[in-house]
Amino acid sequence: MSDLGMGDVEQLLRNALVPVEPPERLSERLERTLSEVTDAAAGELADWELEIGDPRNWARPVIAATALGVAGASLAVVRARRHAKKKDTHGLRAIEHSLEDVLGQVRKRLDG
Amino acid sequence: MATAPTGKDKLRLDSEFSDLYRAHLRDVYSYAYYRVGNHHDAEDLTEQAFLQAYRHFDRAQRESNGRPLRPWLIRIAHNLAANYHRDRARKPQSQLEDAAIVSATHDTEDLVEGREELTQVLNGVSQLPDDRREALIMRFALDMDNREIAGALDRSEGATKVLIHRAIRQLETILEEERGPVGDE
Repeated sequence: MSDLGMGDVEQLLRNALVPVEPPERLSERLERTLSEVTDAAAGELADWELEIGDPRNWARPVIAATALGVAGASLAVVRARRHAKKKDTHGLRAIEHSLEDVLGQVRKRLDG
Repeated sequence: MATAPTGKDKLRLDSEFSDLYRAHLRDVYSYAYYRVGNHHDAEDLTEQAFLQAYRHFDRAQRESNGRPLRPWLIRIAHNLAANYHRDRARKPQSQLEDAAIVSATHDTEDLVEGREELTQVLNGVSQLPDDRREALIMRFALDMDNREIAGALDRSEGATKVLIHRAIRQLETILEEERGPVGDE
């Protein structure tokens, strides 16, 4: 009687379980999806950094910004939160951290 | 708790994730395909796996201490495949009703006997317990070593080695039973 040995079975498995190439459309689909996710997160952060980021721009608007800042920031967080529900959440946390940093710095400057 | 990456860090992470995705797309897809048995669901599962990986990539990189992330990726696909089977209340064995279709992807289209043998082997694999089948797919389709498979299945390397040995032995028995007694050749 001819029996299969472990080596034979391993060879059969190598022949049977070969890597399967993903269809081209999957690569395109994935790249599109990942681009949307990364662009959305980067876009949210970039918007904030443009509007708030540079301390050299804070001198005159700082008082007005303080008054508007909290309300405006809250609105922005709400907007970002609504948007981030569908997208990557890293962007939202980054926005929130940036916002806290900026408000903290504004308060320090006002306090003298 | 680590702060979320910003600016340049985020760009670097995205670039590194792109590298990871390109390096392992075939691995994840192959694993998904052998687990679910059809291209359509394998594509969905693969997409879900990479999206989930993207969400947790920063942390995975920090915790990996420079070790390759393929086992982590395959583990994500593995968990998603388990959810897939649970959600559809389908026994894993029924997935390889597509064994005949799967065997057609091989380069043995001209060899009817070769295709029958492939179908036999894939049918045999489909009869194995989940953990043994999963380990064989990782070893032979993805060419993962014991350490990687242990990482993906959350087992020790020793236990993984035993698991694979037993899987092959059990498959050997299944195939011999299907072939029936064979005379000397």
